[in-house]
Amino acid sequence: MTPLLDTALDLFLSAILIGGGIFALVGSYGLLRLPRPMQRLHAPTKATTIGVGAALLVSALDLLGQGQISWQELLITLFLLLTAPVSALFLAKTLILRGEADPGMPDSGTGQPWATLAEERADP
Amino acid sequence: MRRLFPHPYLTLTLIVLWFLLVNQWKIGSLVMAVILGTVIPLITSTWWPDRPRIQRPFALAAYAVLVLWDVIVANFQVARIVLFMPRDRIRSAWITVPLELTQPEAISLLAGTITMTPGTLTADMSACGRALLVHALHAPDPDAVRDDIKARYEARLQRIFA
Repeated sequence: MTPLLDTALDLFLSAILIGGGIFALVGSYGLLRLPRPMQRLHAPTKATTIGVGAALLVSALDLLGQGQISWQELLITLFLLLTAPVSALFLAKTLILRGEADPGMPDSGTGQPWATLAEERADP
Repeated sequence: MRRLFPHPYLTLTLIVLWFLLVNQWKIGSLVMAVILGTVIPLITSTWWPDRPRIQRPFALAAYAVLVLWDVIVANFQVARIVLFMPRDRIRSAWITVPLELTQPEAISLLAGTITMTPGTLTADMSACGRALLVHALHAPDPDAVRDDIKARYEARLQRIFA
């Protein structure tokens, strides 16, 4: 690649990196600023995903100038997308069980309680 | 065949994952990938007895692109609420989403999608598995959020999973 293209790529990747960093920061700031536990859950699940995602994208494309793409970063992004909802669900269920979730939880509308609050697990 | 490969999609996924992990295209990696792709589904099949019925695998790829795009949009929306909205004006709400989907894999996918996209988070499921409990960070109109989830994501998943 020509030096000009190389510089353009560097600038582009730096911009993504800074943007991702800002989102990660906002996510952490959300943890501090939002008043209720259920609201605080929203900040890290979303803002952090794009923060880490941006860093990984840059890492994967960094060697593009030498004609290489690193695929492992794609894998990390995939695992992140798969695991973030699971940990968020666990945290939400913990809050519900401890009675620290927002008040006013609605009925499930199916005649059965929410799984976390059910007395015994219904056999599948 | 069925007993050797209880989950063909899982086998394929594991093979691709292994290649991405070792980051090189060698015959040795292929052997290892095939071994892992055979053994892991076999020893985990006890906990995953049913096979998901996927009708349109290509629609699943289109769905992934749609969700990825929504994740990016979601980040901007949540960032705006976190940074600029006064604390007492954030109207959080609980939403019950009745489910049309019945396959566990499809419901997991929907629940994950809800968590990753605009201001919503899956918090629980009803004991019978026919409704999801969703928490919205800022939803002045909870019914609209529910309809949006059903029309945008659940309808697509229903077409993908038979």
